[in-house]
Amino acid sequence: MSEPIGIEIRNLYKIFGPRGADYVDAVNRGMTKQELNDRYRHVLGLRDINIDIPAGAIQVVMGLSGSGKSTLIRHINRLIDPTSGQILIEGQDVVGMTPQVLREFRRHKTAMVFQKFGLLPHRTVIENVGYGLEVQGVDHAARDKVSMRWIERVGLLGFETKYPSQLSGGMQQRVGLARALANDAPILLMDEAYSALDPLIRYDMQTVLLDLQKEVRKTIVFITHDLDEALRIGDRIALLRDGQVIQQGTGQDIVLNPADDYVANFVQHVDRGKVVQVGSVMEPLGINGTAPAMMVKSDATLTDAVRQMMAKGVHFLEVQDKGGKPVGRLSLERAISVAAGAA
Amino acid sequence: MFDEFPQIDNGLLRDLKRAIDEGFRAFTRSYGDAIETMFDPLRHFLNWSEKLLTGTPWPIIILIAAGLAWFASRSARMVIGCVATLCLIGAFGMWDDMMKTISMILTSTLMAIAVGLPIGVLMSRSDRVQAVVNPVLDVMQTMPPFVYLIPVVMLLGIGKVPGLIAVVIYAIPPMIRLTNLGIRQVDGEVLEAADAFGSSRWQRLVKAELPLALPTIMAGINQTIMMALAMVVIASMIGVQGLGQPVLQAISNQYFTLGLFNGLAIVGIAIVFDRVSQAWGRRIQKHRGGHHV
Repeated sequence: MSEPIGIEIRNLYKIFGPRGADYVDAVNRGMTKQELNDRYRHVLGLRDINIDIPAGAIQVVMGLSGSGKSTLIRHINRLIDPTSGQILIEGQDVVGMTPQVLREFRRHKTAMVFQKFGLLPHRTVIENVGYGLEVQGVDHAARDKVSMRWIERVGLLGFETKYPSQLSGGMQQRVGLARALANDAPILLMDEAYSALDPLIRYDMQTVLLDLQKEVRKTIVFITHDLDEALRIGDRIALLRDGQVIQQGTGQDIVLNPADDYVANFVQHVDRGKVVQVGSVMEPLGINGTAPAMMVKSDATLTDAVRQMMAKGVHFLEVQDKGGKPVGRLSLERAISVAAGAA
Repeated sequence: MFDEFPQIDNGLLRDLKRAIDEGFRAFTRSYGDAIETMFDPLRHFLNWSEKLLTGTPWPIIILIAAGLAWFASRSARMVIGCVATLCLIGAFGMWDDMMKTISMILTSTLMAIAVGLPIGVLMSRSDRVQAVVNPVLDVMQTMPPFVYLIPVVMLLGIGKVPGLIAVVIYAIPPMIRLTNLGIRQVDGEVLEAADAFGSSRWQRLVKAELPLALPTIMAGINQTIMMALAMVVIASMIGVQGLGQPVLQAISNQYFTLGLFNGLAIVGIAIVFDRVSQAWGRRIQKHRGGHHV
């Protein structure tokens, strides 16, 4: 299993149009997307993106359609060339790679899952899953062995000789996921991978991904327009609007401290009880004398804490850190008011 | 004064035509032989394939045809129809001519694919190539085919090879156009996927683009075959043997029945080729329109 590696995106700009590079300075000085389009007929794709993705983390990039999130993910394996900026992976700048180096990089360092699956319709499931290994030059027997293992792991055993058109959408995306995992690349790029699936299947696939991540520990970049999905999956979230990052941090950061009205508006309908952790809303120990009868870990969600208090009929919990040391306390009242969005 | 269109002076026009003709004749005199030797392998191949088809005993040909029809369609009706057509044409005394025609069609189709496919791929790669090739194809398709028989005959004389070249020129445009179209229509996300996994350009072409464009390319091959069959009659004017020659005779001598029989034989072959190649095209892509489990 390959070691996870991090991704650093530095000052990345993308301006679509024949003379994009000429307008980077203008955009830098504050020209808006609208102005650029009206006056110069160029489209601002990305503006000054800086994201550090730690090795082994799930980084969600979220935004509405047209925000540039799909453009951004395509820069990481350079399906789209940036206008300026750097993408550093293992100290190497993806932007400066020659075609040969880039091809090797794509073969061994990254794998990608697509919104509309991107499967080859004339190939069976097992032939699709083995595609990445095939272009690497792995022989038939070896790649079938690897493919079968991943087909089994994503729950498609028995379907390996079917064609994509014979499978449902959810199953096709399992093929897409298996194809990406069969590559054993340390970086997994998922471009709205689950957006085309219906909600129940989407939830299942999120579970599959989270379970897999416990085993294989990859650096995952996950694009979505669905906030619930972002909060469930992402270790870290970057919010994109009009090609700019308007906020990045953990899901909890974004829900509790939205950077501006746009973000606040975005997160106001979220079920905060499922996102906010006890540790970030607890009160200091010893405000009053009564020692809480029960305790809760600081990374538990508010919903869990409330459920625990209701079950035992208590009004306070002692909050403990990972080592079991008491660090604060949480009242039922506070838990409910934060979860309801009142505090 | 507007009765007559103000045309170029007659003498000048005559000189112009003569200059072009003489230029071309001079070119033919100096390079004709070289060009003819260049096409020697082609002539050998044509002779070989014709000998193969006319020299093979008829029951074997019929067996092979039935086998091909079965392989392509997996339908007994198709096999019976195919065999019946061949037998009927043979029974009316046109077996040898039919074999010559089929040999010509097969060779010219193979050549059209061998030349047309790479051109189509190049065209799909670059808008500039497309902008250059498209008008050339337009001219090739609208120019009366008799016109380009002339330079071919001047260069290579009368016979099979010039006939073959004329047929290929006439029949190749749909092959090129539909290869280009098929590749351009391939789903962009599938190609992105091929790129994202590090396919080289060649791998992308043979593993993704051509297979996905195949239904369209097959339609191109089918049209090429049909156009080659139509051209076979015209090419008989410059010495291509087969079912076209009796048609030509029939025109000059007003033999209505001879013309009709040979004409119908060409139609029969066309139908067989068309149905068999289409059935094959449908079969190799059956899973594309598959149903959900």
